[in-house]
Amino acid sequence: MSPRPGFVLEVDRSTPPTLFWHGERFTLERLPEGSRVIYAPEPLAPLEDPVAAIRHALTHPLGDSSPLPDLLRPGMKLTICFDDVSLPLPPMQAPDARQLVIEQVLDMAAGAGVDDVVLVAALALHRRMTEAELRHALGDRVYDAFAPHGLLTQHDAEDPDNLIFLGQTAHGEDVEINKRAATSDLLVYVNINLVAMDGGHKSVATGLASYRSLRHHHNPATMRHSRSFMDAPASELHSANWRMGRLIAESGVRVFQIETTLNTDTFPSNFAFLQRREWEWSLRDRATYAAASAALDRTPARVARQIFHAIRSPHALRSVHAGEVEAVHAATTADVWEQQGVVVEGQTDILTMGLPYICPYNVNSIMNPILVACLGLGYFFNLYRGKPLVRQGGVLILHHPTPWEFHPGHHPSYIDFFEQVLSQTTDPGVMSEQYEQSFATDPWYVHLYRTGHAYHGVHPFYMWYWCAHALEHLGRVIIVGGDPRAVRRMGFSPASTMADALEMAADVVGPSPTLTHLHTPPIMMADVQ
Amino acid sequence: VRRPAFPLSAPTWPGGVPRPAPERRVGLDYDHSWSRRYPVRLARAVVLDNVTRPAARLVAPTTVRGLEHLALAEAPVIFAANHASHLDTPLLLTTLPVGLRHRTVVAAASDYFFDKTWKAVLWSFALSAIPIERTKVNRRSADVAAELLEDGWSLVIFPEGGRSPDGWAQPFRGGAAYLARRTGRPVVPVYIHGTRPVLGKSAGAAATGPGGRPLGGSGSEARGRRGIHRSPVTVVFGHPITPDEGEDARRFSARVETAVAVLADEVATDWWTARRRVAEGTTPSARGPEGSAWRRSWALAPPPSAEAGPPEPGLSERTWPKL
Repeated sequence: MSPRPGFVLEVDRSTPPTLFWHGERFTLERLPEGSRVIYAPEPLAPLEDPVAAIRHALTHPLGDSSPLPDLLRPGMKLTICFDDVSLPLPPMQAPDARQLVIEQVLDMAAGAGVDDVVLVAALALHRRMTEAELRHALGDRVYDAFAPHGLLTQHDAEDPDNLIFLGQTAHGEDVEINKRAATSDLLVYVNINLVAMDGGHKSVATGLASYRSLRHHHNPATMRHSRSFMDAPASELHSANWRMGRLIAESGVRVFQIETTLNTDTFPSNFAFLQRREWEWSLRDRATYAAASAALDRTPARVARQIFHAIRSPHALRSVHAGEVEAVHAATTADVWEQQGVVVEGQTDILTMGLPYICPYNVNSIMNPILVACLGLGYFFNLYRGKPLVRQGGVLILHHPTPWEFHPGHHPSYIDFFEQVLSQTTDPGVMSEQYEQSFATDPWYVHLYRTGHAYHGVHPFYMWYWCAHALEHLGRVIIVGGDPRAVRRMGFSPASTMADALEMAADVVGPSPTLTHLHTPPIMMADVQ
Repeated sequence: VRRPAFPLSAPTWPGGVPRPAPERRVGLDYDHSWSRRYPVRLARAVVLDNVTRPAARLVAPTTVRGLEHLALAEAPVIFAANHASHLDTPLLLTTLPVGLRHRTVVAAASDYFFDKTWKAVLWSFALSAIPIERTKVNRRSADVAAELLEDGWSLVIFPEGGRSPDGWAQPFRGGAAYLARRTGRPVVPVYIHGTRPVLGKSAGAAATGPGGRPLGGSGSEARGRRGIHRSPVTVVFGHPITPDEGEDARRFSARVETAVAVLADEVATDWWTARRRVAEGTTPSARGPEGSAWRRSWALAPPPSAEAGPPEPGLSERTWPKL
């Protein structure tokens, strides 16, 4: 049977309860009759022969680009950059798409006699990847060939010796990126385009940039005018990145872009029920749910986190395009929408969503309250094209435990941000003006970012800025089952149950509101008509 | 008892979502070949001879006539019988000579006996049943039955397509005749008398009928009775018949139906009277009189009992239908 497209269910009396993620748990909630539930399209067929498809893409590039083998020559300086640990989610089962692509690129480079090859993890201001994470992303063969010789590096946005200022865009945006990448004869960037937001000029202009460059688009004003991040023409974030990307190209940096898309096969067969429609749950699905729920209720959060972060997604490579950045990205974005797009008629008064245990910034880590807000208001809220799923002044109900808990190694500045900044203001504009600079330049955070596995000092601000559009748009944000203190600290309302949350929401949107539930993951994007 | 909530119980289906056709592993698509493997046949023989046969005899003391006719045809054959009760199949199977009994399959309605996996397994094992489409001629079920006949398996088939709703026979469908023509195997007409009072179609199941005074029942108290009620039964085997040269399935089917009606007449009267009526062309139809439902019920006669002997024509006991 061919995969079914996305689906909007109207809840009626015979609709079984709906699955909500709740961090490292899940629960079933009975939604009011007349509510809508948006289900993701089923996974499209993967590439039959991924390696052949990659080789074909490299030798048949899109746009104004020569085939990769023609761009390789002895004596040249080649830099291969790749997306970091934040993609894909959950981490995919080996072999990772980056490994498959980079192995082919290196095969061609070896065949062409290229000696000077360096691999760079495009971290931007994210934490450095661990050896295990690098091995998983690149495979042992690549890691063992490059890491021992210091040729597998991670972008350091605070290393003045390895940054180069390329100029300013017409909008006055500074463009400063990784020096090795910018001064190479060829920069090959390997993307995993999990959502439509990924890739394009954002790969180099953001992934290899410094704080000096990033602050021009990672700010409240830009985020508020990105409606949404998934719709590049309507996203100021993308406009800024495109301006920067074009400047990078004009500066003589030759970029050979490789973008890959995955299907939405998100959970292994043990957890297949997580991506099935509830009324189609088999006996095995129900038994698995019941057993998993009962077990997780009795499992300490730390252990549950380890269990979930060990999940390797069966995501399969669905398409690969290579060549000139904008041509490649157009083809990739079409593929992503084909897999993830769901047409939804009209907006809703209340939007509900169950937040899972993972977001791009807590892989193998803790989902702290700021990341909860970022996942709900920054990412899931923005999974739309056209209009937001929830109307202006509507209510967003999130389902997550929102523990007051932080990973001190990964998110040190988040702890201080939560204590010092959010206790004073939740306004992105105010915190940007009053607090951002001190966090961004704090030498201790810089030290932890450069030498440890910490996110940059300014990163929690960016997480909050991602919420700026939603914060401005929504009348209220309610978190069901969250730690009340943590929820209130962020300016949201805690609720014990979904019924309570709906009553609280009625105070804002009036009685008999319309309700829509975003049944994700798997990831989908609503094309709101 | 309150039904446990989802997910402990199966999910209900949202009204707005069309149900996909389920993947069919039952019904006509059920793979019943396992039921003819030797270990299964051995187990079935043990059950049939030591459980089913004594149980059937216990609830329905059976008189068997005409078994000698079976010697006139070489197996495999097609047994075409009237159908009034679920008891017909085990009774017919257990009255067959041992050699035939354990190498006979029963054509059973795919929509009734094979609609759930547990039912399909049960009937395949207990009665060596195979699923057939009873509402229309189905090439696939015909192919399966024909293959089994060619493979040496005899076949029990109820050409009426289901149990009688009112005690009278229903028109015969052409399946048995078609198979006989296709495979060249003879048809043995069989008349089973008296199973309806033992285990008739329930009142609920016969709601569309006239209420179903059981054929030969002892009176109105038998109407709609549920459960099993001990009563004597007669099974009569007729002379094997084969299609004549050029005789099509429809005409041959009518001949089989007539042969069964003659056996019914033989049970109601006696062999000689039945033969004379055949010669005169006055054999009463097993389908009962034309007319309203209550009149058909009215016309049902009580069964002949071993003690009382067959009733005289025209003096059969009448019972006022429960209105």
